[in-house]
Amino acid sequence: MFHYDFDWSVLWRHPYGAMFAKGVWTTVSLSLVAWGIALALGLMVALCRVMPCRPARILGGAYVEALRNIPLLVQLFFWYFAAPALLPKAIERWLYANVRDLPYYLAILALGTYTAARVAEALRSGLLAVPPGQLRAAFSTGLSQTGTYWHVIVPYAFRIVVPLLSTEFLTCFKNSSLAMTVGVMEATGTASYIDSFTFHGLETTTAASLVYLATSASVILLMTWIEKKLHIPGMIVRRD
Amino acid sequence: MDWQVILRNLEFMVGGLALTAQLAAIALTGGLLWGILLGLGRLSRSPWIYYPATLYVHFFRSQPLILVIFWFYFLVPVITGKPLGTFVSTVIAFVTFEAAYFAEIVRAGVQSVPKGQVAAGYSCGLRYHQVQLYVILPQALRSMLPALTTQAVVIFQDTSLAYVIGLREFLRRVNLVDTREARSIELYCFAAFVYLVLCLLGSRVAHRFERRREVALP
Repeated sequence: MFHYDFDWSVLWRHPYGAMFAKGVWTTVSLSLVAWGIALALGLMVALCRVMPCRPARILGGAYVEALRNIPLLVQLFFWYFAAPALLPKAIERWLYANVRDLPYYLAILALGTYTAARVAEALRSGLLAVPPGQLRAAFSTGLSQTGTYWHVIVPYAFRIVVPLLSTEFLTCFKNSSLAMTVGVMEATGTASYIDSFTFHGLETTTAASLVYLATSASVILLMTWIEKKLHIPGMIVRRD
Repeated sequence: MDWQVILRNLEFMVGGLALTAQLAAIALTGGLLWGILLGLGRLSRSPWIYYPATLYVHFFRSQPLILVIFWFYFLVPVITGKPLGTFVSTVIAFVTFEAAYFAEIVRAGVQSVPKGQVAAGYSCGLRYHQVQLYVILPQALRSMLPALTTQAVVIFQDTSLAYVIGLREFLRRVNLVDTREARSIELYCFAAFVYLVLCLLGSRVAHRFERRREVALP
């Protein structure tokens, strides 16, 4: 047992230190951009699901069911291997020739659209939790339907689901590690990449896991503070 | 488009589903058993049990599964001195990881059992482990059933991550066929369809459990 020489210097020694830092930065930027897409798209899907219009509801429901029941890795492979081939040949060739970080952008799309389905479920529960009196009150003040949703219902729903959204953001952050399978050098990918030169994967994966731990802890602390600021008086707050 | 490619390689790819199912089943039972212990630990009044269990659950819930799989892949040979193969290290990673999620489900389930049940159990002369085993857990497990089924679906999806260390489960086999046949669109649509159907079935079961519970506990 334990015939292993630990060499933690692989974490900072040239060239691995810079590699690792770049990997962490890629994880952060990847998950933040994907999160932005997920919020915007998720809101649209959630609104579709509560609209009186039946086709919109069915479409929104189908989106959520399909994307939540297919593993993210399969979706990622679809975006990476299959999606460019669906485009016209000329565009496909142009993409491969001119976009240097193509896997990175495709991973963002995959993660963003996948997380959007989860965000949509969270937001839908929020939209349904808005007391119906709010809707009628907004209408009776003369707001249009768009105005009612934009100024009253959506902000209300967002405040209700802040705790759910912070959980979803962390899930998105953790899921960004899957991008390594299509060659994006984010934190997890870099950890295993450095192992292929140094055979010190145990140290690099430990370091990567500490990065995820630290990020989760700080996001939870930040969000607990924001939740306290944003919580609606009279509604249940998360203690813990 | 050449959908024949799926039929030509169907046997090979579906063969991978057996490994996927095996991995999911072991992860489910192992994770649930370990998760029950951790969940009870999270409810323990002794700080020597409560804090380690809480730390464990919070730590693994903050980690991406793919990283945990890697970590055990590197760690297991160091501890045992010889490589045990990817399947063993993947199974250890899955049980360790999923137990943290099961622990939270178990905790919520146990907390949903009315306190009077514990008191009633003790007043019958049962000991702590007897109260948990014969009184609390049977009731808690029943109310946890929808959440457990949902988690089982999640685990089934998660098994695809074993791809990263080369385990030949379903998705890896689809990927292998693709490298040979170069039919990405058809093959990944097929993979997506298989997962979609199986997971939708699982979700339906979870939904049914949920409705049945609503009737049972008004």
